Amino acid sequence: MPTDSCTPPHPVPPASALPIPAWTVTCAVGAGRQALLDALRTGRSGLHVNDFNALPLPTYIGRVSGLEDLPLPPDLAAWDCRNNRLAWLAIQQDGFLEQVRAAVQHHGAHRVAVVLGTSTSSIGATEEAYRRLTPEGRFPPDLLRREIHNPHSLAGFVRELIGAQGPTYTVATACSSSAKVFAQAERLIRCGLVDAAVVGGVDSLCDSVFYGFHSLGLVSPQPCRPFDARRDGISLAEAGGYALLVRPAAEDMAHTSVAAPVLRLSGHGESSDAHHMSTPHPQGLGARLAMTQALKLAGLRAQDIDYINLHGTATRKNDEVEAQAIAALFPPTLRASSTKGWTGHTLGAAGMVEAAICLLGLSENWTPGTLYCDEPDPEMPPAFQAMLKTTAQAGRELRHAMSNSFGFGGNNCSLIFSRDPGGPA
Amino acid sequence: MSAPVLHLNLLGIGVWAEGIGNWAEARATLLADTAAADAPVAVQPAAAGTSAAHRPPTTLLPPTERRRAPTTVLLALNAAEQACSMAGLSPAELPSVFASSQGDLDIMHYICEVLAESPEHLSPTKFHNSVHNAASGYWTIGTGCMQASTAVSAWSTTFAHGLLEAATQALCADAPVLLVAYDMPAVGPLVSATDPSDLLGMALVVSPATPGMPQGWGGISLQTQVVERPQAPPAAALDTAAGMRLLRALAGDQPGQVALPLTPGLDLLASLAIAPASPG
Repeated sequence: MPTDSCTPPHPVPPASALPIPAWTVTCAVGAGRQALLDALRTGRSGLHVNDFNALPLPTYIGRVSGLEDLPLPPDLAAWDCRNNRLAWLAIQQDGFLEQVRAAVQHHGAHRVAVVLGTSTSSIGATEEAYRRLTPEGRFPPDLLRREIHNPHSLAGFVRELIGAQGPTYTVATACSSSAKVFAQAERLIRCGLVDAAVVGGVDSLCDSVFYGFHSLGLVSPQPCRPFDARRDGISLAEAGGYALLVRPAAEDMAHTSVAAPVLRLSGHGESSDAHHMSTPHPQGLGARLAMTQALKLAGLRAQDIDYINLHGTATRKNDEVEAQAIAALFPPTLRASSTKGWTGHTLGAAGMVEAAICLLGLSENWTPGTLYCDEPDPEMPPAFQAMLKTTAQAGRELRHAMSNSFGFGGNNCSLIFSRDPGGPA
Repeated sequence: MSAPVLHLNLLGIGVWAEGIGNWAEARATLLADTAAADAPVAVQPAAAGTSAAHRPPTTLLPPTERRRAPTTVLLALNAAEQACSMAGLSPAELPSVFASSQGDLDIMHYICEVLAESPEHLSPTKFHNSVHNAASGYWTIGTGCMQASTAVSAWSTTFAHGLLEAATQALCADAPVLLVAYDMPAVGPLVSATDPSDLLGMALVVSPATPGMPQGWGGISLQTQVVERPQAPPAAALDTAAGMRLLRALAGDQPGQVALPLTPGLDLLASLAIAPASPG
């Protein structure tokens, strides 16, 4: 058989903006979209004094309540662990589970992909096993469930829950994980491999993240203060959320509600800092590359972006570098804020949580401020200080919002979401 | 609607395992293995606890970093360097996909053990090395590559998903992409709760088979296929071995097809066509 490399390839169309007919988020302020919107509007933070473990240093956390009393459905009990309980709680909000099951019916199970981000996965269960080893040094019987002791635990659970059979994989790139899933799923759809994709992410509190981030000196003893002059680190938190992306053909919208404004994933950009495992590129070059790429894919200019949800973790370095990168690219008319004062830093789930906040903003023509930024750092570029909003903003129709996530290893992802013009307000 | 076929050119291969330092050595081993296409590949298993003693070389890290780098990082970097060299492409130009079923089990063991005994002594270096994208991070830092890089897992179907991700990236960007897959054996209590694995790293550089793209020395065409299976495919002797089945088919210099499970209801069919003058 001769070499086949001359056969014309399956044509890959240019990227198009994918509708997002369903999405949901659950975090420390409560379960579901309305709880988050209410908290953002009223300035009610989800952070409180650490009551999760015996970390001997003061810190504030974002904890999702009720997981201890929320077992999984009996036929999925093999997946039980805190991270999958949070996944289960989150997927039941906002009618998401019903809509995804309808999508599986409509498109066919093998035409729905599952691409989920996590950094913790179920490591909390592995940590627990090490605390309760048998005398022979093995895992105790109740934790001898192989499917949970690896990064894919979350996606494996969700796939089985919703009955999908399409490509199903996990992205674990630290704090950019559940942003990159949007880009990866968009490519699966663009190449014609699937018609729909469940994306999102779930990360949960566990000792690894507490002691790990503490050992790096990155955890604040107070609720985190993004871009504040006296910011001193992150507040660890957990969250879960999902979005349904569909191929932009009319027939794909037939089974979903058309009463809401049509929101889309219109662009994405990814890059690496090539600098250091746990500190960002000093000029934010990787971040700039990712944002520029996202704009290019969306066919937008910087001035078309109405709002940016900043990564804004409240570490000295991230915020300093991010401020420079934003100031270099965007005009002063931009509104930008970090919402980690409400949600905490949800690590592998941050991409999804902050995507959801952008979608909330586009739906409401309203953008949140920056909770706990009481005195914006005067060292930041003046151009950025003008863009940074410490209070909520309304009174302008919003068309395009960007969300940025920058993870360990210098892994950067920028997403752009857009709202179709016209339609219901 | 039938599934689309994704046509790729294969530009470079890297392999590192016990007793196998490159593709030429891998080919010799694989050619001697005459099992059927869907049978597992007999890679010499690493003895328990030897992973620390077998650390692949890499040119990309200074000596101190090399000593502190996790074993899987060295595996990944070694295989990736080989593939880029064979492809004649600079690492800095290539977006990358890093795929591992279970990640670095030495570090996972260390972290869980320290947390159970004396959590305040957790090493910050080992913590930032425990992220699933550690190899991706070290690679992009070591090569100065600012292209996108991802780190994926799909447990027992990781290699197939990594290959699919590399393919969609290559086709959407119309540019070559690096795929690196690696896994290692467990130590300590993790042995009881994880799938057995060989110490294995492999890498491919693929490009879309479009006019003007380097042709390399072979083609891989990918297509998903719906399958009926009574239950999930077996976890088997770990998933990077799926990559080895692909390599065995490539080693044979004959056109062939390998079916790699993606989910219980879907396979990835990889059809291989080899150019007359393949390297190794």
